[in-house]
Amino acid sequence: MSALEGGSTAQQRERATTIFEKGSPGRRAFVAPELDVPQVDGLIPDASRRAEPPRLPEASEPEIVRHYVNLSKRNFDLDSGFYPLGSCTMKHNPRLHERVAGLSGHARLHPLQDPRRAQGALELMFNLQQALGEIAGLPHVSLQPSAGSHGELAGVLLTRAYHADRGEQRTKVLTPDSAHGTNPATVTMAGYEVVKVALDAAGGVDLDDLRSKTDDQVACLMLTNPSTLGIFDPNIEQIAQVVHEAGATLYYDGANLNAIMGYSRPGNMGFDIVHFNLHKTFTQPHGGGGPGAGPIAVSERIEPFLPRPQVVRRESVNGSSAALFELDHERPKSIGKLRGFQGNYGVFVRTWAYILSLGAEGLKDVSEVAVLNANYLLARLREEVGEHLPLAFGERCMHEFVLTGAPMKQELGIRTLDLAKRLLDHGMHPPTVYFPLVVDEALLVEPTETETRETLDAFVDAIAAIVAEAADDPEIARNAPYTTPVRRLDEAGAAKRPRVREVLDA
Amino acid sequence: MSGYTAVTPDDLRVMLEAIGVESIDELFSSIPEGVRLKTPIDLPPGLPEQAVFAELRELAARNVSADDEITFLGAGMYDHYVPSIVDMLMTRSEFLTPYTPYQPEISQGGLQVMFEYQTAISELTGLPVSNASLYEGPSAVGAAAYLAKLSNKRTQHVVSRGVHPHSRETLQTLAAGYGTSVDEIGLDDGVTDLDALRDALSDEVGAVIIQQPNFLGAIEDVEAIAALAHEHDAPVICAADPLTLGVLEAPGNQGADVVVGEGQTLGNRLDFGGPSFGFFAATEAHLRRMPGRIAGETSDADGRRGFVLTLQTREQHIRREKATSNICTSQALNALAGVVYLSWLGRRGIVEIGELMLQRTHYARETLAALDGVHKLHDRPVVREFALRLDARVDRVLDRCADAHINAGFALSRSYDEYADGLLVAITEQRSRADIDRLADVLGEAVAAERTASEARA
Repeated sequence: MSALEGGSTAQQRERATTIFEKGSPGRRAFVAPELDVPQVDGLIPDASRRAEPPRLPEASEPEIVRHYVNLSKRNFDLDSGFYPLGSCTMKHNPRLHERVAGLSGHARLHPLQDPRRAQGALELMFNLQQALGEIAGLPHVSLQPSAGSHGELAGVLLTRAYHADRGEQRTKVLTPDSAHGTNPATVTMAGYEVVKVALDAAGGVDLDDLRSKTDDQVACLMLTNPSTLGIFDPNIEQIAQVVHEAGATLYYDGANLNAIMGYSRPGNMGFDIVHFNLHKTFTQPHGGGGPGAGPIAVSERIEPFLPRPQVVRRESVNGSSAALFELDHERPKSIGKLRGFQGNYGVFVRTWAYILSLGAEGLKDVSEVAVLNANYLLARLREEVGEHLPLAFGERCMHEFVLTGAPMKQELGIRTLDLAKRLLDHGMHPPTVYFPLVVDEALLVEPTETETRETLDAFVDAIAAIVAEAADDPEIARNAPYTTPVRRLDEAGAAKRPRVREVLDA
Repeated sequence: MSGYTAVTPDDLRVMLEAIGVESIDELFSSIPEGVRLKTPIDLPPGLPEQAVFAELRELAARNVSADDEITFLGAGMYDHYVPSIVDMLMTRSEFLTPYTPYQPEISQGGLQVMFEYQTAISELTGLPVSNASLYEGPSAVGAAAYLAKLSNKRTQHVVSRGVHPHSRETLQTLAAGYGTSVDEIGLDDGVTDLDALRDALSDEVGAVIIQQPNFLGAIEDVEAIAALAHEHDAPVICAADPLTLGVLEAPGNQGADVVVGEGQTLGNRLDFGGPSFGFFAATEAHLRRMPGRIAGETSDADGRRGFVLTLQTREQHIRREKATSNICTSQALNALAGVVYLSWLGRRGIVEIGELMLQRTHYARETLAALDGVHKLHDRPVVREFALRLDARVDRVLDRCADAHINAGFALSRSYDEYADGLLVAITEQRSRADIDRLADVLGEAVAAERTASEARA
């Protein structure tokens, strides 16, 4: 590899320049429509009139296109290669979804259009509510939250409203040690204190610890099942019983729903509130970190508190015309709105296309192959590198699994971070690293159902090659990557002296 | 089996053998019997791609989009032209399909886009630091109020009724969680009532929240409001329409401490309300309390310029319950559209498009207010939207206009009891003088017809 011998790639030799450094004063891409009304001066009072225009770029359209296309080439993406980023469900994004979301009847529909003239959109949302309710096993759905974390916040605020309605003021929310960081952060934003619940030896919730911490001050237990360790908690029924006996709600973080569709439903497990990650399970493209959507499904007792508005179906009065879909704002016990308008409709269109494409059997196939692929990858890795990268808990997994790089660090002198960085030179996105926090040198691997056996095998080969290389010379991985547009970056320096915008000349 | 999975019978045999199980079902054996689904999910069977396309096209055809009528509907989202390069860049795999840039060495494209976006937002708002975007506008207002709460621990927010009703309602929802009261300040002839604001201010007020231009289209005196708020050390949060900031002074230059807003007007589609993005800029003092992702500049092991996600000790995956927000993504793809659009518009274009909206809005307001039975709701300066009062039932007038394929705007009664006869009309660069003249004809006829009809009913 030439980079190892001190060479460099063309991308590496090119200094990163921003769009603000390109172009030249006077250049433009936009040509304004002509002023077709009489010009009137003084329409804005002097004090409110902008003194100096914002220093936006001045560049021609070809310059702008070339700049951003070249920037795009400095990104790795799912369409180009394997992306087993645990907990993020990086499955294939069907291009059909982009096409249908781009139809003008969807893409150019104003959110405040009179509902009578937005019946297609409202029917789509209503049907999606029904389908998500069926998949969750919980009948009432709000599509409004914009992300998983937003759905969590909705769920905890719903819990607060539910207890307040019963005249109760509870103060604590339980989360297990293995929880996503968003869970505890959400709890604080919703005005509760976080109480951590320990894990048992098998990686599940420690029932004794749960019992000892569950009292009449506990509002909710937030749980992911299967957990972020890729393990389905076999004690879920007992957990639900403990929580419900204390009058608390049980919240399901739907990050790992991809593992169980067609096999179980959060509603069957006793959960009261679930959030979906439409960008994970239902393949909304991740977009470099958004947009997503985090709809919630809830049980009967939580329904009165759902956000406003809800999409409802009204049967026709005279029976001759079709049913009418409406936005119901009259919800007196509602927690209110969590955002503007009705949610990320463009994401709903894609999700609905996906559900129509797959149907019930296809969704079950998703979970079956996701779990099959994960277990196959796990088995192959154990066979090849199990001594250095053992499974952190248990024997098998659901749709993802956690390895620990602790033996590798001790025996070969490379950390999980080094392994991840060296994988970049093999043209693959590394798994999630250093999460969950309860596992030392963690590597969280989620292959998803859309990868082929050949791809999984190639990943095993790459990991085995890195481990073998490290046994020979650990310095290679420690200094990786070599072939990427930039090499290891100084993150500590960036945080110490933050430069969060380009410096511009006057 | 769908076309998105790839396990052949031969693959299955090899894979099960490697795992050491007999069947896929065995892999699900950890799910206890009591919580197992006994029947299949109740959904119809899957469909081929062309059938799904046909179904989604049929649903789209039952909506009246901005292509199907001449629309003057705004009230938070606006029918602006989205240039073709935005579509082209947003659908590139390299921007569409990666996730949050956890591995910066292979994510320099996305990280640099965030850095450029932050620079553009900082320039527009007149504030030194911006994050990489939030979900959308109203929740960004809520996030800004929470930042104020974290910074000064005070127990009251004061919000102008000129702020978008959805923003105010979102603020109420979130503040109920963290235990802060929200008090509204009324409007006086279309703008925030400064006397009422002065009376409401005290050392308990942790944030003063306004919108520029406000929901009724009027230009607020941000400087005067900031001066009042700062007497009590209350930070000013200003929600702004970014596309007006070529002609309107940046709120950050007028004393606003945090400037947020809805980014849809910057190169994003209407999409029946989302996805778009919310922007969030603040003074330097708030940098380490900001919610969401922030890209920062640094260098690599060989000294090359590069970009990373920075100041992550604010964030939930490190700080957990002590994080400054639970938000763990941005709206990266929508923010990309935003910065590409702003680059396309450019330093001159942002002023030209603002000026065009300003002139056409003035023309439309004067033309419509000259109609019989149509009056200005307020007389304040406006930029891109204005409020009228009609001497006829607004919902019925809107229906009559819709019959002529004109969407005349937003009935204020949907959000304001005090403006039951109000109509909010929005202008973009896509609405020509001819469109405005057509609106005047149709609206004039509709108001006249409705007055006649209501007299007949009476």
